[in-house]
Amino acid sequence: MSEHIVSLKVYFTIFLSLMVGTALTVWAGLQDFPGPLNVIVALTIAVIKATLVVLYFMHVRYSSRLIWVVFAAALFWLGILFALTFGDYWTRTWL
Amino acid sequence: MAAAVEHEVSHPALQHHFENLEQQREAGTLGMWVFLVTEIMFFGGMFFAYTLYRSKFPDAFASASNHLSLPLGAVNTVVLILSSLTMALAVYCAQVGKRRNLILFLVMTIVLGSAFLGIKAVEYRDKYVDSLIPGRLVPGRPFNPVVAAHGDTDPHKLHLMGSATVKHVEMFYWIYFAMTGMHAIHMIIGVGLLLVLLYFSWRGRYGPEYHNPVEILGLYWHFVDIIWIFLFPLLYLLGRHMLHT
Repeated sequence: MSEHIVSLKVYFTIFLSLMVGTALTVWAGLQDFPGPLNVIVALTIAVIKATLVVLYFMHVRYSSRLIWVVFAAALFWLGILFALTFGDYWTRTWL
Repeated sequence: MAAAVEHEVSHPALQHHFENLEQQREAGTLGMWVFLVTEIMFFGGMFFAYTLYRSKFPDAFASASNHLSLPLGAVNTVVLILSSLTMALAVYCAQVGKRRNLILFLVMTIVLGSAFLGIKAVEYRDKYVDSLIPGRLVPGRPFNPVVAAHGDTDPHKLHLMGSATVKHVEMFYWIYFAMTGMHAIHMIIGVGLLLVLLYFSWRGRYGPEYHNPVEILGLYWHFVDIIWIFLFPLLYLLGRHMLHT
């Protein structure tokens, strides 16, 4: 599998998207949304921005399956870290 | 075919334990990704601490967050994303063999990275002035902010909302300094490595055939950018909307 060279057009498009995302997250942070919506909006924008960086700036979209598996493993173990530790704190007051 | 193998073997950058440059490149990239997995777990622990304490002390976290400078944080976000673009363009120039532009973009990335650290230093100084550096990290300047009375709008004072207490605000600042501090250390290491890359690029080591160090440092740099993409809204924006009510 030979190296894929990402075009300049893609790089600049992603950059502009990240700038729009940043502006959007600042705007959303200043709005008073009901309930926990502020956090949800902020995290959604951050996840979209991070996904764009991973896929295009870090070339994962054009990388081998092995890189995909390694990255997926990172997210999986991060999920375990959050789920099990939160499970502990969540249930401490039950007894 | 034999001639091609001969040619690859003779490339000065090819290490003896790899079959060819392609295998060497893939192995290097994989190695960097494995390292980034450990980095994700490392920062993940701190993100967990943030999530837990924010859920326990929402008012204190919002009050403490509102004391951070939103303009400086937003400008730094733009600076860092811009540096990610110049880093990506540096990788591109190495891939297509444009040595002069590679050097140019590496210099731009170093300048932008340093600008980020400079702005961060200004922010840290503001926190020092307002005695908001937690515990006794700075000798002679323990955590001791002046709490604003109702109606007082002095930005140097701490404005507590709802059930916020000074003790819990201090917890926010422990997490703030741990996370942005670790992030800044990663930036400093990144700038140092960029200087090394700059030297070797100037010497003409990287071209279309061999540029794995540029690519790999790019991965690291973008990873550090991603951490900030999460830190910015979580630290700077979490309580802004409560100021209106």
